[in-house]
Amino acid sequence: MSRAAKFRFRLYVAGGAHNSTQALANLNAFCRTHLAHRHHIEVVNVFREPDRALADGIFMTPTLVKVAPAPGQRIVGTLSQRQPLLSALGLDEPEAIAA
Amino acid sequence: MNSNVAATKRSFVKAPTGITGFDDITGGGLPNGRTTLLVGGPGSGKTILSLQFLVHGAQKCNEPGVFVAFEEASKRIVDNAESFGWDLPALRRKKLFFLDAQPVPDMIQSGIFDLGGMLAALEAKTRQMKAKRIVFDALDIVLALLPDDIARRREVYRLHAWLLERGLTGLITAKANADDTSAISLQQFGFMQFMVDCAVILDHSVVHGVSQRNLRVQKYRGSSFDENESPFLIGASGIEVAVMHPLAAREGKTLNERVSSGVSRLDTMLGGGYYRGASVLVTGFPGTAKTTLSGAFAEAACQRGERTLFVSFDSDANEVIRDLASVGIRLERFVKSGLLRMASARTITGSAETYLMRIKTLARDHRARCLVIDPMSTWSKSGNDLAAHSVAERLIDWTKCEGITVMCTSLVDEMASQGTSGASQPVSTLADTWIDLNYVMQAGERNRGLSIIKSRGTAHSNQVRELILSDNGVTLTDTYTAGGEVLMGTLRWEKESAERVAHEVTEVEGKLKRVRLDAEEAELVVRVRSLQVELEAKQVEKALLARTTETRKGELSLGRTRMGELRGADVTASARKAAS
Repeated sequence: MSRAAKFRFRLYVAGGAHNSTQALANLNAFCRTHLAHRHHIEVVNVFREPDRALADGIFMTPTLVKVAPAPGQRIVGTLSQRQPLLSALGLDEPEAIAA
Repeated sequence: MNSNVAATKRSFVKAPTGITGFDDITGGGLPNGRTTLLVGGPGSGKTILSLQFLVHGAQKCNEPGVFVAFEEASKRIVDNAESFGWDLPALRRKKLFFLDAQPVPDMIQSGIFDLGGMLAALEAKTRQMKAKRIVFDALDIVLALLPDDIARRREVYRLHAWLLERGLTGLITAKANADDTSAISLQQFGFMQFMVDCAVILDHSVVHGVSQRNLRVQKYRGSSFDENESPFLIGASGIEVAVMHPLAAREGKTLNERVSSGVSRLDTMLGGGYYRGASVLVTGFPGTAKTTLSGAFAEAACQRGERTLFVSFDSDANEVIRDLASVGIRLERFVKSGLLRMASARTITGSAETYLMRIKTLARDHRARCLVIDPMSTWSKSGNDLAAHSVAERLIDWTKCEGITVMCTSLVDEMASQGTSGASQPVSTLADTWIDLNYVMQAGERNRGLSIIKSRGTAHSNQVRELILSDNGVTLTDTYTAGGEVLMGTLRWEKESAERVAHEVTEVEGKLKRVRLDAEEAELVVRVRSLQVELEAKQVEKALLARTTETRKGELSLGRTRMGELRGADVTASARKAAS
């Protein structure tokens, strides 16, 4: 995976619900640590854009969708556990070597 | 249905499900604007029931609905429901919305989550569609993803609160263990049963190798309901729940009209025939002409122009027609004219419940006024006796309500003794008229005997009659009672012919005697005549004799005078006269 590859995320949140604000905070912290300057986060509030949630098939909040690089992936939850997130994004192995 | 509508107005509003029987149990349907929990094992019919609830709402109540599918893809649900003829594709365009909410298999979970996203999406959708009904099918699937009970409970409450707030009539389905649908097995989601306003349990069990489905309303806040388990089945047009009609529902249906049994002698024995709308049970050993008797009834019904349904469990419809033709009961013409419908139950498989439903459907389709079920005892073979009993009860109940005259035959186990025959027949107590056919063994012969064990509201003959089958049909003959013994068959014939001979002999003897007496009488008359003649002759002779004697006397005296005159010696009278 090239260093230049940029991660584009979309985070579906349920307004200001506890889980959702937590997820956003966790995501920001995660990106700062692991994907500094090579990420972009779009936040979708399902209360404001329910049709979009419906079209995208988002039923649980918060849901993180990795839009790029392919393949797309979905991670559900507050993102409080980093390990599943790292392995899901394929970041665990290279980071370990780099470290 | 009308009575239900009236009932719902008295209590709170209910959302009719359109499921036959279910609305009767619940007094109108599911609680409107509230949440109902539907629990059942795998394949117990949860999805079908909930879908039917939505379809009925969309088609009949103008209440659009949303179906949230957590387990099965909506496309498959729609495809599977195709066979029920609900025309889902048309409904989907406007009044039904399917939401595929199956968790993605490769979904990665990090930390906790909630169902807010789904509810937000549904919020928008229900508002746009003006949906009134919503189904969450297999909510347990999504609940299982949650890490702990607290999270599950929180999500269920969230859902419940959301439903209440939106005033949607919600139906949540959840799985129960396959082998046990009691509340204990639901501990995982047990709190849901306390939370919801109505809980319905579906049970699918196998009794003696036969599938049996039962439905039970566990709770229903603010409404009375039928608390018993009711059998149901998944029929051609969805779920059908079997319910007993309350007695009040069939008031005024009692008819005094009589219908012929097809055997004139039997009609006389029954005081005119069966009552219209009565249930007639014919019990007997194999080959005692049960089918023939039912055939005669069917023929008579068709001759009156009444639509009749003949359900045969034993043999093929054509076989029945052929066999009955051999005793002069010709049903084929009525089948051709469409009056009579023969249904062979070989094509019906399943539990007693299924039989009943199919028969009901057939009878309804055919608009039958008379119904023959031959034999009903087959039912107890499939499934347990209890179910068969309950089914028989409901059959009779239903025919009563519809005013259908039903004739059921029931096979008596050959092993059972004659005295107790029919004791195990559950229907015997329910039937209005019970005719028992029996074999009477005598002098190396088996002869068919017919007796009326009971006939409600009818004076009936107490005698055992002999049932004779011939090319011309069924006839009942008086049995010959001699010295307290009942004679049938050849013995009866012998006795009868002996009597005939004896009668002839006496007649001839009488004639002979009469002739003899006539002859004697004639002889006497002749003798009397000859004697009379003789008597007359004698009288004549006697008269003659008297006359001759008189004459002789006169002659004699005259002669003497003449002689004196002639002699002149003495003064004769004339001389003396002359002298004086």
